Amino acid sequence: MFTITMAIFIPFLAAIFVPFIYKWKPRAIGWFVLIFPLLLFIGLARLIPAVAKGDTISHTFQWIPSADIHFTTYLDGLSLIFGLLITGVGSLVILYSIYYLSSRESLGHFYVYLLLFMGAMLGVVFSDNMMVLYVFWELTSISSFLLIAFWYHRKQSRYGAQKSMLITVSGGIAMLAGFIMLYAMTGSFSIRENIAAVSQITDHVLFIPAMILVLLGAFTKSAQFPFHIWLPDAMEAPTPVSAYLHSATMVKAGIYLVARFTGVFGGDAVWFYVVSSVGIFTLFWGSFNAVRQTDLKALLAYSTISQLGLVMSLFGLGSAALYEGYSGSSVVYAQATFAALFHLLNHSTFKGALFMVVGIVDLNVGTRDVRRLGGLMAFMPVTFTIALIGSFSMAGLPPFNGFLSKEMFFESMIAVRQLEFFSIGSWGTLFPVLAWIGSVFTFVYSMIIVFQTFFGPHQPERLDRKAHEAPAGMLVAPSILGLLVVAIFFFPNVVNDYLLRPAMAAVYPSLSGIGEAMPKIEAWHGPNIALWMTVGVIVVGILLYVSFKYWRSMYKVEPLRWSLDSVYNGSLTMLEKGSTLLTNRYMTGYLRHYLIYIFGFFLLAVAGTMTLVGGVSFDFSNDSPIEANEYILVSVMMITGILMIFISSRVTVILLNGVLGYSIALFFVIFRAPDLALTQIVIETVTTALFLLCFYFLPEMKKEKPARSSKVVNGIIAISAGVIVTVLGLAVQGNKMFDSIASYFENAYELTGGKNIVNTILGDFRAFDTMLEVVVLFIAGLGVYTLVKLKPRKEERDLED
Amino acid sequence: MKINDVILQTITKVVVFIILTFGVELFFAGHNSPGGGFIGGLVLSSAFVLLFLVHDIETVQQGIPVDFKKVAATGVLFAVGTGVFAVLFGSAFLTQTFLTVNLPVYGETELATVLLFELGVALTVVGTVVTIILSISEDV
Repeated sequence: MFTITMAIFIPFLAAIFVPFIYKWKPRAIGWFVLIFPLLLFIGLARLIPAVAKGDTISHTFQWIPSADIHFTTYLDGLSLIFGLLITGVGSLVILYSIYYLSSRESLGHFYVYLLLFMGAMLGVVFSDNMMVLYVFWELTSISSFLLIAFWYHRKQSRYGAQKSMLITVSGGIAMLAGFIMLYAMTGSFSIRENIAAVSQITDHVLFIPAMILVLLGAFTKSAQFPFHIWLPDAMEAPTPVSAYLHSATMVKAGIYLVARFTGVFGGDAVWFYVVSSVGIFTLFWGSFNAVRQTDLKALLAYSTISQLGLVMSLFGLGSAALYEGYSGSSVVYAQATFAALFHLLNHSTFKGALFMVVGIVDLNVGTRDVRRLGGLMAFMPVTFTIALIGSFSMAGLPPFNGFLSKEMFFESMIAVRQLEFFSIGSWGTLFPVLAWIGSVFTFVYSMIIVFQTFFGPHQPERLDRKAHEAPAGMLVAPSILGLLVVAIFFFPNVVNDYLLRPAMAAVYPSLSGIGEAMPKIEAWHGPNIALWMTVGVIVVGILLYVSFKYWRSMYKVEPLRWSLDSVYNGSLTMLEKGSTLLTNRYMTGYLRHYLIYIFGFFLLAVAGTMTLVGGVSFDFSNDSPIEANEYILVSVMMITGILMIFISSRVTVILLNGVLGYSIALFFVIFRAPDLALTQIVIETVTTALFLLCFYFLPEMKKEKPARSSKVVNGIIAISAGVIVTVLGLAVQGNKMFDSIASYFENAYELTGGKNIVNTILGDFRAFDTMLEVVVLFIAGLGVYTLVKLKPRKEERDLED
Repeated sequence: MKINDVILQTITKVVVFIILTFGVELFFAGHNSPGGGFIGGLVLSSAFVLLFLVHDIETVQQGIPVDFKKVAATGVLFAVGTGVFAVLFGSAFLTQTFLTVNLPVYGETELATVLLFELGVALTVVGTVVTIILSISEDV
């Protein structure tokens, strides 16, 4: 049985097998990995008819019920589109990467990271529980980090990876805070339950903060202004990764989030303004900056930023539909969302194809610099055709799918002017204007891709390698995407009926029948304003492209050269310097200083709490009498403890420490805790051996002569720490704040089949604790091992610094 | 100075097996009497530590050619794996179950999935303790 929950875990399970297959047949690894996204794609595609009918599939299993965290997967039209994109583009990218990456690369790592990402991304779009969504969300950031730093010997790769990680993870944490605020308001982590409860929370104090925090997560992930700066640096990743993560899927996670939470925050003016204006400005800024790039991948990065801004702004406008329930005007605004979903799909097809084309060019001639490229059409006819299709679609020209969604985009932007609420006034005119200017620049850079790479004079002397067509296998994936670009133009309503309408219902759960209210997508809809805007884009775009060398110097004008990168770099350097300064202040290298910090904090926290809470009361009435042997044991321990201060031989101190440990074990015996006694004895034995081993390498202990004052201070801290612990121990004995939980374990034997209650607690009742302890122990062991064994040797470093 | 530890070496040859047997016994006894994965694992690793103390590392590693890091990793896999396994059967994460069967020699015996979990704990403890001690002692 194929379930959505399985779909999330299949990539993770596959990732486990990759290293083994890679060892066994290193060349076949790509083909092995390809199976999984293909199967998932087919599995999801089989669900299309059911979802198109309006069905949703939901499955829950209890994960951490006590914290309201359930592993709920939920499939509706919206998550289906994303699921198909993730698995579909994923399959094509893996197919492409088989030819793109040479077998000398560490392919095992590459495919493990890629599958991790795929699983995490499917988790993001299929999770209904916000906490689970958050976990997968950060996992996509981590896998993206690993993939950007795939060529980690390059300094730029490491820089880009760190930058993307810092920005997206900080956004993710903001989003987490937003989720927790939502939980505080509605008492549920389920997105659907939050949508259902939205009418009760719109006036809540936390509503706007939660919204802004969630948006921060979305904007950082989807590279919206001013967080877009990580995306161009992420282009250091291998091109298949850029095509997959940084254009088709991961950067759309933010858009997914906005679409998903439209149901929660949609009817609010703040949401409308923030999402749409950030989106439209990102569209403008991204396209404006794309034109000046000379590196094709950097150009595509800025173009992705700009296209993401386009989709984002459309979702912002579409949220206006929720302002006044279902009505004629809400249908008009909902068309913006409709356009957004359509363009989202189209963007993945044409941008994926373009990235793959750039990868082919880069691999074949050794450069992506448009100043060195030119005249490649004769050498790479197939590549050229795909590039032409992709670019013209991006520019919004017929007969490619970009034309359709671009027209719908213009129409939605014009519709903003008629908006009568949210006190938009004449500001509404700014939307179509910025949209139009952005589209003109989009047209210009689309032309740069085609004409500067494939037309013009061929300059073989400036290329690293002789130009030739790519192998057939490498062309399959971009060709499929190119075909889709054309096919969607001619049959848009297939996509419309099966994918977009159900997705509309998912974005607007409160507006029933909104999907059916959407018009059919037409290539020709008469000479309306949108069409004239497109004609204007083409005319002005051609003029600007032809005169590019005359106005290029505009980018040197001062305010346009300011870059947010320097802000990022500056604050990072300052952060590093500041923390070094602060750390050097207290990390003195003296163990006794550290002990002072630890015990000082302990005293402050515990003694402070005790005084604040209001004294400590003792109650010895229930205590059993103290026997003679217990007195003896205690005095032995006390004498040992005091002796340890005055002894200067390390070995003796260790042995005395052992005496303390064994005495505690004896106490366990007296108090009838054989498990603890056994554990204590063995632990004591092993640690004594470990101590002896460690101290073997240390020099003789020297008597230090510290100043009298510091001796006094240390003495006070030591004695008061001891007193506090004693007081605490005595006070705990006599007070009961909670009911005993012993009854919980009374029928332990019936429940677990074990007679040793200590172990049934460890293994059956509280197995989660034990499991995590085991993991911690393992990590600690690995930590010691790596610290000791894997010290970097200077001569072996081949990293660029 | 050459240390003469013939007596220690001779005794160790016998004692190690006693400790190992005791460790296994503790491990299996765990569910009903004192013992369990953690203690069993600790006792087993103390046997290994004794071996390393008495003989040198090379000799022991020739006799027991095991990478203890992998032992620890296997242990973690077991401990986490039993939890995931429960999920596959539709129960909550880390649900344990048991079954009482009548075996020919042992009589009535209890088979519990918690044994696999405890096996994971024991392997992790052995692996980690030996890894730590080996890495520190080899670092000269």
